[in-house]
Amino acid sequence: MAVIPLERKTLSLAERTYVPQILSGLKTTFKRLLKPAETMEYPEQRPAIPPGYRGVPTLVRDPHGREKCVSCQLCEFVCPPKAIRITPGEVPEGSGREHVEKGPQAFDIDMLRCIYCGLCQEVCPEEAIFLQNQYSMTGYTREEMVNHKDRLYELGGTLPDAHFKWDKKKVAAEHGNAH
Amino acid sequence: MIDFWSSLHPVVQGLIKGLAVIMVIFPLAGACSMAERKVSAWMQGRPGPNRAIVPWFAWIPFVGTFLQRLGVFHLMADGAKFLFKEEPVPGHVNKLYFALAPAIAMMPALTTVTVVPFGAYFNSAGEAIPLVLANVDVGLLAVFAVSSLGVYSLILAGWASNSKYPFLGGVRASAQLISYELSMTLSVIPVFLWINAPGTPGTMSLAKVVEFQSLPGFWGGTWFVFLMPLSAFIFLVSLFAETNRQPFDMPESEADLVGGFHTEYGAFKWSLFFVAEYSHMIVGSGVFTLLFFGGWNPLPWLPLADLVGWLHHATHAAWTLHPLFVGVLSLGIFLGKVVALIFIFMWVRWTVPRFRYDQVMKLGWQKLLPLAIANLIFYALAIALIQKSA
Amino acid sequence: MIAPTKPDLVTVNIDGKEIAVPKGTNVIEAARLVNVDVPHYCYHPKLTVVGNCRMCLIEMGLPAVDPATKAPVMDPATGKQKINWIPRPQIGCGTNVSPGLHVRTTSPMVKDAREGVMEFLLINHPLDCPICDQAGECKLQEQSTGYGRGYSRFVEQKNVKPKRTQLGPRVTLDDERCILCSRCIRFSKEVAKDDVLGFIDRGSYSTLTCYPGRQLENNYSLNTVDICPVGALTSTDFRFKMRVWFLKQTDSIDPESSTGANTVVWSREGVIYRITPRRNDAVNDTWMADSGRVLYKQVKADTRLTAIKVNGADSALDMAIHSAAELCKAGRVAIVGSGRSTVEEQFLTRKLAAALNAPVSLVSRVGQGDKLLISADRNPNVRGALVTGLIAALPAPRLAELGAAIDAGTVTTVVSLGEDLAAAGLTAAQLTKVSVVYLGTHANPTSAAAKIIVPTLTVFEKSGTFINQQFRIQKFLKAVPGPAGATDDLVVLAKLVTAAGTAIAASEVGPLWKLIAAEVPALGTMTFANLPDTGLLLDATPYAALPFAEGETLHYKPAARPAPATA
Repeated sequence: MAVIPLERKTLSLAERTYVPQILSGLKTTFKRLLKPAETMEYPEQRPAIPPGYRGVPTLVRDPHGREKCVSCQLCEFVCPPKAIRITPGEVPEGSGREHVEKGPQAFDIDMLRCIYCGLCQEVCPEEAIFLQNQYSMTGYTREEMVNHKDRLYELGGTLPDAHFKWDKKKVAAEHGNAH
Repeated sequence: MIDFWSSLHPVVQGLIKGLAVIMVIFPLAGACSMAERKVSAWMQGRPGPNRAIVPWFAWIPFVGTFLQRLGVFHLMADGAKFLFKEEPVPGHVNKLYFALAPAIAMMPALTTVTVVPFGAYFNSAGEAIPLVLANVDVGLLAVFAVSSLGVYSLILAGWASNSKYPFLGGVRASAQLISYELSMTLSVIPVFLWINAPGTPGTMSLAKVVEFQSLPGFWGGTWFVFLMPLSAFIFLVSLFAETNRQPFDMPESEADLVGGFHTEYGAFKWSLFFVAEYSHMIVGSGVFTLLFFGGWNPLPWLPLADLVGWLHHATHAAWTLHPLFVGVLSLGIFLGKVVALIFIFMWVRWTVPRFRYDQVMKLGWQKLLPLAIANLIFYALAIALIQKSA
Repeated sequence: MIAPTKPDLVTVNIDGKEIAVPKGTNVIEAARLVNVDVPHYCYHPKLTVVGNCRMCLIEMGLPAVDPATKAPVMDPATGKQKINWIPRPQIGCGTNVSPGLHVRTTSPMVKDAREGVMEFLLINHPLDCPICDQAGECKLQEQSTGYGRGYSRFVEQKNVKPKRTQLGPRVTLDDERCILCSRCIRFSKEVAKDDVLGFIDRGSYSTLTCYPGRQLENNYSLNTVDICPVGALTSTDFRFKMRVWFLKQTDSIDPESSTGANTVVWSREGVIYRITPRRNDAVNDTWMADSGRVLYKQVKADTRLTAIKVNGADSALDMAIHSAAELCKAGRVAIVGSGRSTVEEQFLTRKLAAALNAPVSLVSRVGQGDKLLISADRNPNVRGALVTGLIAALPAPRLAELGAAIDAGTVTTVVSLGEDLAAAGLTAAQLTKVSVVYLGTHANPTSAAAKIIVPTLTVFEKSGTFINQQFRIQKFLKAVPGPAGATDDLVVLAKLVTAAGTAIAASEVGPLWKLIAAEVPALGTMTFANLPDTGLLLDATPYAALPFAEGETLHYKPAARPAPATA
């Protein structure tokens, strides 16, 4: 490791007594004392949430109100604090969505563990999980702080879908357009 | 009333005085802590504590809201919290000394108050009678003697806590307080050299110092801060160090010692240390006011007696000469100065960063002490010359 | 100069590295020896080579010789023999080594060829990875990451094929994902000898299917799932249960017969999700039976014992041990050991028998071998009982001797090590005559009749060793923790032995092996930690005279049986 000797600035006598510096500091703080507060009084005043804010992770539905998550568990895998826990399941025959084959039976996000990193959103191949503008989570018990699947969908709502990937697959399967 | 007071048994008198000290100092210390929170908040661009309110006060329009915004109810909430919190006593401490330390901290803090005069009234002969609980002639010496005992509580707390950070805090406290006491004592000697001319009966009374600052004439009415600015400066700096206030709060030093000597303390025991610190600050400010800021004299070259005389002259009202009015007036003036000083304490705390420990020691021994000695020598010579010529 | 160092070894040069390999090795295997990966789908080391995926294309060349004089042609630039590179890529799986063969696996031509093959394979492959069970162990994923071109030029519609075909009771086929490697077909034909699978139709219509009217239902059908390089064949049992990247792999042994097939137990957070075979070329190659893959279900079975009982009341371990010791002291004891116990447990059982001076019988489980991986003896560790000296002769069927002793009143207490005595041959009447101490995992008529029940662990919850029919000692490791209330068999046995009067210090596999090595000559040089993953073959000659029940299975031929002394 290289040692770089630095010349210290020699202090003047006034500086060595600290007094002028302390006085100028006192001036600064006194000026500040007379100015209005900078802070926001939280429960009454709420911050404006900018777009792209990483709030509580939620599950979203497509514009037809259908579940987008296919429980691939990539978010569970990528989650650094292991906050996500998914129980995968099969989509039952006759539900109209059996061509998706797989969907979450249970989807729990432990908000006591979540660090709001957004990796789950980034990794999701189905664009089913989004960190939205909800930022305030409270609860009296640990159990309350775990968002279950229904709560996640309630928080998430519906987001526009540019692809409708599974609809295209269904159409392809019904019309057999390849052959 | 005074007769009734005099007819009471001295022990009862003492008890009442002691109770009065507790009743006054505790709320004052609490108010100081509140003020500290508010001042720091304003300096940092925050509103500060502004939530707690007693329901009945909430019904009062404007005033209730104002008091709430000012945070005065947080003071009560804090007090109640300290009283009712669980008292944690860590398993590894020396229980007796651990419990003793806060009590010992309180003793000098409250005792010094008794010898500090806080006002004056004029008797029928026109003499100023200082308002003081115990008008001892050793005055300042008593203050120094008793308040320096306060360090024992810090050492005891640090030692009894039986863990590293409190121990370091205690060690630092002892070294620091001893170092700065020297400069402090030396810095006030010129004041007493000034008031104790050869041939006059010697005194260390603080009231006498004020008396000297109320004398007529240019030199007489000069507050000692103008006469001996260097003494005042050294005394003020040492006062900061003696009261463990920023930038000298080495014994606590949250950044490196967690909480210093009181790391292991909580709830009421901790609040006693807290109150002790603030009462030291109040007493220190009081002593400083008496020594250098003219005590209860409203302005330099304007003694209390003149003010009362003007008031009487302007109003022709008899009550302006009543001892009670004069006492309250002088008390108000005195308290105003003390409060201003306390504000300066806080102002400095939220402005200046903490010194390093080696800087504290260096400053104390290598800067302040030589300066105090030089100051003393200079004033000793100067006063000798002046008094010889006079 | 390249020359074979031994008559059966051939020196080849792969990416500049020279290695001598046996004759007949193909380039993929030779490359593997020098840590060069040749990607492949259809090639499987235990199946015949067909070369239909074309993924393993490599560039190869041979040393040049003058056609007229047969003299080596030297390259003046390097001073070495000139290499004639074949201008077109060759498949690595179908190319056997020959002397002086030069192979390039990283040349631009090979890279081009791989990217081309990958692109064609991915044309009709659905983007199913998020819902595909193979994701994480999918060769197509790995190879397209390693060797693919990274983006698709295919703008047309993908093929649509059936997504959820049940090929059999345990195997689900997703035709869209199939890359037509034919591994499953070859496996069924060559290994399972149940030729039910095949391709029908041509070109992009090609589909894997079963022979009409038949199903893929043999006991080895799930091996097709294992060898399927993509997610086309999936296990119906494991389907959508858990992603493989979450699963912890623990080496284990299939306990269903004395074959001792090597397995891997896949678990997550104490829950087993599946069991797959582990390659051991001397025992089970890369296969295992379907029946062994569902054994993990016994771990969470409803009949699992989880409470220590003394006379029907809940108790604590030390109380139960105390009561058992009292029972054993009070009467004449017989021990029913188990061929399902580990070597360590059998060793402690022998100690217990010695301490109590009790006769030991083993429960015999002889069934039909399937000539592949299920042998006739369904006890995984009868050889262990022989080696540790727990028994000297093979167990007699139906516990006849013990039954007779009970009837005669010479036995009043039976200690059963996980064996259901009723199923093993004792009658209900005989069971009521004796006090039973039952150390087992699941409830059965014996546990119902037992005076003392101490729940113990299944194979998946403990470590230990089995000695298989080849006298190969193989270890398995603890995959998941046991349920609350169950105690390790070794702890229970060690406490029982101590309570019976012989102090045993060790109740864990590691320390116990020091005792075993000291007392069992055949295992004298071993420690548990040192046992290789593929097992260690013991000397079988001391037991050559015993009439073992096993017939021929994969990698096992029974010794010529001596004529039985008596009929």
